[in-house]
Amino acid sequence: MTQNIAAIAYLIAGVLFILALRGLSSPETSRRGNLAGMAGMVLAVLTTLYVADVRFSDGLTWGLIGAGIAIGGIMGVVIARRIPMTAMPQLVAAFHSLVGVAAVLVAAAALYTPEAYGIGTQEQIKLSSLIEMSLGVAIGAITFSGSVVAFAKLQGLVSGAPVAFRGQHPLNALLGLVTIGFIVWFCTSQAHTAFWSLTALTIALGVLIIIPIGGADMPVVISMLNSYSGWAAAGIGFTLENTALIITGALVGSSGAILSYIMCKGMNRSFFNVILGGFGGKSEVSGAQVEQRPVKQGNAEDAAFILKNAGSVIVVPGYGMAVAQAQHALREMADMLKKKGVKISYAVHPVAGRMPGHMNVLLAEANIPYDEVFELEEINNQFAQTDVAFVIGANDVTNPAAKNDPSSPIYGMQVLDVEKAHTVLFVKRSLAPGYAGIDNELFYRDNTMMLFGDGKKMVEGIVKLL
Amino acid sequence: MAEIAQIDPFIFRISIFVLAIFVGYYVVWSVTPALHTPLMSVTNAISSVIIVGALLAVAVNMKEVGGGGTVSVSKALGFVALILASVNIFGGFLVTQRMLGMYKKKQK
Repeated sequence: MTQNIAAIAYLIAGVLFILALRGLSSPETSRRGNLAGMAGMVLAVLTTLYVADVRFSDGLTWGLIGAGIAIGGIMGVVIARRIPMTAMPQLVAAFHSLVGVAAVLVAAAALYTPEAYGIGTQEQIKLSSLIEMSLGVAIGAITFSGSVVAFAKLQGLVSGAPVAFRGQHPLNALLGLVTIGFIVWFCTSQAHTAFWSLTALTIALGVLIIIPIGGADMPVVISMLNSYSGWAAAGIGFTLENTALIITGALVGSSGAILSYIMCKGMNRSFFNVILGGFGGKSEVSGAQVEQRPVKQGNAEDAAFILKNAGSVIVVPGYGMAVAQAQHALREMADMLKKKGVKISYAVHPVAGRMPGHMNVLLAEANIPYDEVFELEEINNQFAQTDVAFVIGANDVTNPAAKNDPSSPIYGMQVLDVEKAHTVLFVKRSLAPGYAGIDNELFYRDNTMMLFGDGKKMVEGIVKLL
Repeated sequence: MAEIAQIDPFIFRISIFVLAIFVGYYVVWSVTPALHTPLMSVTNAISSVIIVGALLAVAVNMKEVGGGGTVSVSKALGFVALILASVNIFGGFLVTQRMLGMYKKKQK
């Protein structure tokens, strides 16, 4: 009877998690959705405590449970309160790694005490459980170390440039085969050595999979690791025969996979192309090839004049805006222009920033209403009727070469048609090419004015003159 | 005919799994791109429902199961997993809530 009640409770928890994701279809329903998710989590935890049937007299166990949740909870609350929005990609990567470690640890606990999970006794674990467990561990360990590498790259602890060496792909393929061998070894022997060898190997594999992928491909990497963390949870869910965990794993797994797909499509690259890595490492444009073409250069005064006299402005933010922390100054500028009767909207490219939806969060943080922010498809045909396109911190996603230069590495990628606006104001530190290492012909167009300098300082300068 | 009546419970679980993948597929496609970052942080939080595995490991009763040393190992592993999953649950849900609180409509 206990088991039946628990199974239904876990199912309800799973449904609440589905509602949490469903809520994200619009900002209005999203907060309610998040509360549903929290309720689902509370239900899952309470159900587990009910099933585990810990005696009231068992002080040690209650102490451990209370202490564990308290320590983790306090750390979680502090992190959630303090983290700046620009650091969200790192935070999500770090959180993914925790899911990965937790999956490995739970699988190890199941191996050492299978009785606790009802999957057999020591050295006598059911084969199906062993297979599920080893898959959970392998994916969990890859998620863990891959996320740590992604975190280090995003946080700037290591260079974001792709690390490539000879024989990289054959080595990974070989390690993949050895992993399968270790899984067979573990499933047939149930040896602890086999389990820990598998863990160590897949941790190494996780590092090797992520190091060749460059900084600006991080949106794909984070989405992919998101997906992995889901599959790892599902694997453990099968071991534990727990419906809530299986449903959640499937949801998260497919969510991450869809986001990876959207990001790859945004860059017009195949998933395998991204995974194999090496893109955007060294600039392929040699110094001699970069022609010294004249550019029209302006200062804050010129920009303020142009913006004041415009009827409509589309702001195109990119990762550079986040780096310069220019979003608040940008909002101020927009507010002043709005008072002067200028219509302001924002155009967000799917791969702008370092994770899916990164720009939207930063703009929201600066109190920019979400109904002024548009996706590429929604706004792209409006550039032609717009007086000023204000590009700040974006580069490759505005490059017309993607449309008219078949030899360009980004040819075919959907880009924002900023050059169709009457005037393009381009805030940038220098003429250096963007991440993809390609020159942007937009800089040299007659209707483009380059505003060289730090994004935040430039915008603040414009605000003073408005 | 007893075999017909008894379906391996694994089949039920795999059915739930496959159906949940489809549910996830359709639900996630309906998420507005503006909320993709909160989507990632909330999926992160909910995947930490792996905490149930950690709780079961911590809650294992040493006397009933026997096995001595290995049970303490499980309890310790479970305890660490419990802390990590809690960080993720509290951190994940709260940071999502914080982000969602920032999305405001135009004031008319």
